[in-house]
Amino acid sequence: MFYIAIFFQYVAQYMKTRMQYRADLFVEIFSDLLFQAVNLIFILVVFGHTELLGGWTRDEIIFIYGFFLVPYALFSSFFNIWDFNERYIVKGELDRILTRPIHSLFQIVLERMELESLFGAVTGIAVMIYAGNSLGLGITWTDPFLFFLFVIGGMLVYGGIFVLIACISFWADARTSIMPMMYNIGNYGRYPVDIYNSVIRFVLTWVLPFAFVGVYPASYFLGKEEWFLYSFLTPVIGIVFFGISILTWNSGVKRYRGAGN
Amino acid sequence: MDKYIEMIRIRFLMMLAYRTNYYTGILIYSINIGAYYFLWSAIYGEKDAIEGMSVIQMSTYVAVAWMARAFYFNNIDREMAAEIKEGKVAVELIRPYNYLGMKTMQGLGEGIFRLFFFSVPGMVIVSFIFPLQFSADWTTWIFFAVSIILSFFINTQINLLTGITTFFLFNNTGLIRAKRVVIDLFSGLLIPISFFPLWAQDVLKFLPFQGISYVPSMIFTNSFSNNEAIQAIIMQGIWVLILIIPIQVLWIIAKKQLIIQGG
Repeated sequence: MFYIAIFFQYVAQYMKTRMQYRADLFVEIFSDLLFQAVNLIFILVVFGHTELLGGWTRDEIIFIYGFFLVPYALFSSFFNIWDFNERYIVKGELDRILTRPIHSLFQIVLERMELESLFGAVTGIAVMIYAGNSLGLGITWTDPFLFFLFVIGGMLVYGGIFVLIACISFWADARTSIMPMMYNIGNYGRYPVDIYNSVIRFVLTWVLPFAFVGVYPASYFLGKEEWFLYSFLTPVIGIVFFGISILTWNSGVKRYRGAGN
Repeated sequence: MDKYIEMIRIRFLMMLAYRTNYYTGILIYSINIGAYYFLWSAIYGEKDAIEGMSVIQMSTYVAVAWMARAFYFNNIDREMAAEIKEGKVAVELIRPYNYLGMKTMQGLGEGIFRLFFFSVPGMVIVSFIFPLQFSADWTTWIFFAVSIILSFFINTQINLLTGITTFFLFNNTGLIRAKRVVIDLFSGLLIPISFFPLWAQDVLKFLPFQGISYVPSMIFTNSFSNNEAIQAIIMQGIWVLILIIPIQVLWIIAKKQLIIQGG
């Protein structure tokens, strides 16, 4: 209960600070939209030259991209830990975090949230509705629940991977460039995994399970029965990866010695 | 002139000092090349050629486009924005050199560094992983060399323009980000311009962006005939000259209305 109250207080505070600089906020949302538009244009242009992409139609690929945007938007709103090393370890900010009465990771999530990224979820849902309509997909009563479950699962997959990478800083304090690399690898999950070779497919499913953010869960709504098993694994993988990352985080925090005096 | 060359050298040495950052950079670019390689292979499927390009030419296009990006890409727009915001630009303006020229030279120093420590080794590594095709014809290499230098200048000029807008907008992080996204798409880094629908190609013909990535990459993959290559390079040269005008105009206006706070 306490956590929820704190969460909403931070959200309120955040809104106040952002609303102060509306123009800036507007430009940021606009450039996010532009980025998503470029990805869509890429898909559209490519399908001007081919009917199928590894057996998937244009609208199916667009649908997958739309789905991907939703968990990704949640992830980028709440897990801005890509600069964890510089910001918290090197500068010793983690000392301050540890004196706070809530879990250290949750405190960082609150401090670093960027709610304007949530706008991406709106775009994603709009894209899905558009693609779903042209595919003639129906909505059953279970769909909203499963959608919610899969989105949360996808967000936890992303969150888990990035928290795990942030945890590296507890053991090795050298600056690493693994974070930007992960963002690029994450893009692989936006397209059907069957276009990649088997090694990459294995990595995207079990090692860095980015496929669970895009293709696998979206396959369920597209009625691709051969992937249903993977679709339903989405929340499980999400919880497992996020669970592992929390455990690693906790043992990392125990090791943390602080910087400076 | 000496001081500008000195600036290239200093930037080069500065980059050299932090070279470990670049090993992971090569990896990141290889990951991106890989993603597009698999995508394009799936798009080609059974087809031999799309828009006159074979699948091998396409993989080479993707690889060289990204590795060339390492050369022409720079952050001088962000550096300028930071210097203007912090007021450092006041000191820069009283120094005995042309601020914009100096920024260009710094970008060039960075570019030359990345050419030797990023693009070339990256290209070698990538050619082991993916099937690529290198031209045996020396004219192709010369055309490519000229074209890539011009693409550096076009990209840098666009960066200068974006940087100068900080004088008027004060906060242009969003604009800088938007510009980068637009350039990735319209320069042909993600998709060759010849793949766009015809109406879009007609529009892009009148914009400088395709001189950044599309022209050198098409030359490198031998997708242009000699005549087309020469025409494209001349177009690049014309754009370099045209872009000087808005930069100079904006620069003069910016200097007039510049206000430095504090000091």
